Amino acid sequence: MVTALAKLEAKNLACVRGVRALFRDLNFSIEAGRALVVEGANGAGKTSLLRILGGFLAPAAGEIVLSTASGPISEAEERGQHVGWFGHQDGLKPQLTAKENLQFAARLYGSTQDVTALLDWAGISRAADFPTQYLSAGQKKRLSLARLKASGRSLWLLDEPFAALDVAGKKLVEHMLADHCAAGGIAIVATHEHMTLDAAHLTLAGHP
Amino acid sequence: MLALAFFACVTALVPLGVGSDLKLLARIAGGVLWVAAVLATLLSLDRLFQSDFEDGALDLIALAPQSLESVAVAKIAAHWLTTGLPLTVISPLFGILFGLPLPVCGALFLSLLIGTPAISAIGAVGASLTLSIRRGGLILPLIVLPLLAPAVIFGAGVVLAALDGMPNGALGLLAAFSLLAVCLAPFAAAAGVRLNLAG
Repeated sequence: MVTALAKLEAKNLACVRGVRALFRDLNFSIEAGRALVVEGANGAGKTSLLRILGGFLAPAAGEIVLSTASGPISEAEERGQHVGWFGHQDGLKPQLTAKENLQFAARLYGSTQDVTALLDWAGISRAADFPTQYLSAGQKKRLSLARLKASGRSLWLLDEPFAALDVAGKKLVEHMLADHCAAGGIAIVATHEHMTLDAAHLTLAGHP
Repeated sequence: MLALAFFACVTALVPLGVGSDLKLLARIAGGVLWVAAVLATLLSLDRLFQSDFEDGALDLIALAPQSLESVAVAKIAAHWLTTGLPLTVISPLFGILFGLPLPVCGALFLSLLIGTPAISAIGAVGASLTLSIRRGGLILPLIVLPLLAPAVIFGAGVVLAALDGMPNGALGLLAAFSLLAVCLAPFAAAAGVRLNLAG
């Protein structure tokens, strides 16, 4: 972790996709060590909110302020350096093995974590040397989780992390999120699943 | 590899079309080989960013500590090493097939060595702009080919100058064009990627 984040604040966020306003005047704030679950019907703007928080998408109005102990950072570029991303698409290269995919990501993010241990943790060490195109959807999700863990970032943005995972896999995600928050990280999870994790809830109602 | 085969096929077709007049072939060799090299390089360009965009890897790369500009440099370098450089290395062989004297083959080699990085660099800008278009492979050449006209003009000019034994300054202009393209393209390509990630 570069510098630990202290707080994330969203002020009067609005998002417009095409001609449709997804949400407006969205305000929330999360302290370090807390998780936020984003709920809402399909098309309510959960993924768009995560992409705004990740700095990919500029909000139609409002701002996001990420603060470290020494002060706020608002520049989207700099904000990206704190974000660990777990999106819908896995971003895994089908020709590379699970291990190679993880090694590449670890090197890209300058991570010093042990790749073999991470694969073990994710429960896919037996598939480590298979090209990822032969992995099941659930195994790919587990590999992506290992990659998120390897990123060493403090603000985790997860889009539907439970999809395609078995019962043990879902437990793995919950434990991982709990550990991350216990270590002072922030997690924002868009999901329809019920989680046992102690978290704040934000419901995107869809705009009237 | 595919680009090399394409290059070979196109250049082999030309003598079939224009006849076996060696004098004529030698005069048009520079232009034909340069156009073939540009087209062969364009073949593999549309996947430069698109595959990373489609599987979500581009999101992860954009969040990495490295700037998108340096990622673009790496992509351009990788593309050139796998297409531009092999084409350059094999080009003297095709020069001989077109009846070019050996020193002129050397000029052809030199012009491609200097000029092909510009094809990869300008192509990367086009690839970054079209990465979210499903059939971007068709629109990409329309964007990139006009921008590559100077490279073809100066590149073929280098070969003609060597053939006629009359220096015409094309080599310097080609080098300037290539240098400019390689220096500026990473910034433009990174901007194109950012634009599409926000879409």
